[in-house]
Amino acid sequence: MSKPITKITPNAAVFFDNDPQDELITLNIGPTHPATHGVFQNVVQIDGERIVSGVSTIGYIHRAFEKIAEHRPFYQITPLTDRLNYCSSPINNMGWHMTVEKLLDIELPKRVQYMRVIVMELARIADHIICNGILGVDTGAFSGFLYVMQEREFIYEIYEEICGSRLTTNIGRVGGFERDFNEIAFRKIEEFLKRFPPVLKEFENLFVRNRIFIERTSGVAAVTPEAALDYSWSGPILRATGVDYDVRATAPYSSYEEFEFDVPVGTNGDVYDRFMVRNDEMWQSLRIIEQALEKIKKEPAGVFHADVPEFYLPPKEQVYTNMEALIYHFKIVMGEWETPKSEVYHAVEGANGELGFYLIHDGGRTPYRLHFRRPSFVNYQMFAPMSSGMLISDAIINMSSLNVIAGELDA
Amino acid sequence: MDKLDNQIVIHHLREKFGEQVRVIAEPHGLLTVATEAETILDLLAFVKDDAQLRFNYLTDITAVHYPNEDRDFCVVYHLHNLLQNLRLRIKVFVSGPTPAIPSATSLWNGANWMERETYDFFGILFEGHPDLRRILNMDELEVFPMRKEYPLEDPNRVDKKDFYFGR
Repeated sequence: MSKPITKITPNAAVFFDNDPQDELITLNIGPTHPATHGVFQNVVQIDGERIVSGVSTIGYIHRAFEKIAEHRPFYQITPLTDRLNYCSSPINNMGWHMTVEKLLDIELPKRVQYMRVIVMELARIADHIICNGILGVDTGAFSGFLYVMQEREFIYEIYEEICGSRLTTNIGRVGGFERDFNEIAFRKIEEFLKRFPPVLKEFENLFVRNRIFIERTSGVAAVTPEAALDYSWSGPILRATGVDYDVRATAPYSSYEEFEFDVPVGTNGDVYDRFMVRNDEMWQSLRIIEQALEKIKKEPAGVFHADVPEFYLPPKEQVYTNMEALIYHFKIVMGEWETPKSEVYHAVEGANGELGFYLIHDGGRTPYRLHFRRPSFVNYQMFAPMSSGMLISDAIINMSSLNVIAGELDA
Repeated sequence: MDKLDNQIVIHHLREKFGEQVRVIAEPHGLLTVATEAETILDLLAFVKDDAQLRFNYLTDITAVHYPNEDRDFCVVYHLHNLLQNLRLRIKVFVSGPTPAIPSATSLWNGANWMERETYDFFGILFEGHPDLRRILNMDELEVFPMRKEYPLEDPNRVDKKDFYFGR
């Protein structure tokens, strides 16, 4: 078992003059290597199987979202957020809506907030399923991945009932949802709560006390809490080091303060702890969804958006028959809404950590400046420095446990 | 431990820095202060290590371009006190074709990529940064694309001009 990483020298450059006899090999991992699970490159210098130094190159799918967002009205920015972390798009969507609602001081009805909680927690489960499943694949256990992939498919079916699409969801609008959850959606969510726990249990049984898996992951890439905070880590990988920072608990949004859930933390900050934290978070997400369904039943049915006609598009039938609806429709579509000059930072707990939106608004049709604080981008920068001295195979599972999503990395 | 709030933070900053740190506003409860490029490292180090403030988590570094202002770039730091869940926003206005500001990498290693990203898009030079290269854009790019003078689309297009929409 290797020692935990306490001090990391940043920017160990790959090409410095440390190899007079040309004994080391320079190797490209990526940009299209299957082990990177996304388009980004790592150039590493290796001595046998051990990495001497490495450098990350990112930006292969940079799409200039921040620039595009400066030219779009608020409701057209939601599809951009879909494409950040595309494994859990709904969390990004909701985070963006909440940012705008914070700017406009819109208070949502409780039922809508609970609906959002359900969608976000489903997305968190879908994301953690992938990360943990892929971690299994990278350590040589393929079957667990296949077992849970079916459940992810089921979550996507729930998305389909809610919003009509599966991967890039574009769920919801500023002020609520575009439509109510239908009967099938509620039925499917309840079915999911019944069918997922045994599958997750089976998945757990494959890994948690599996000796091969433990020896492969335990003690690998262990990070101390100090190093993690120094590198501004957030999300499950920070909690695996023992820091109990979860935005849902620290700064609750969307009524998370009313829910009872635990924030699982690890002790060693190694790959095994990250797996366990994500695994436990899925159980907590199930608890939250269960409570949210109960709470929704107590709220007046059929409420799915706040009463803010100046920001929420009216139903199309009304636009043709009702004067006010027509006016609001026109104003919203043409961007003629009254918005305050202000700036907002809003953070939600994305599947990978603190997903922040920093919005500066000058009262115009589009944001003056919008910055995404993307957890994958911030988390990933420790990867190359921490890989020095690691075996290539350990670096690979370290990378999959960081769950870097290229879309979020590059924005 | 006493509950930390914006007033206590302001008091502490006044005591230590006097006029060098200006309180701008508290939009949505988030205390925003401004300082100069010369004092930014002292300020960051102070709020990070002070036993009561402890804004030891660097959430984000980014920049904003205000082409019509005298000092046309604003570097924005978001700090977070995780124990008390209080956030602090620090702004530094800088100017010039090559605006410069000291790097925060000596305080947080996490500042490294955040500053590289800011350099990449706004061309702000972080002095003392160990590896100030472009990060998301290609190395050959000669401009800093998030500056307002670079349009998203062909500027000769007339069908999207604001005056068609009453502005």
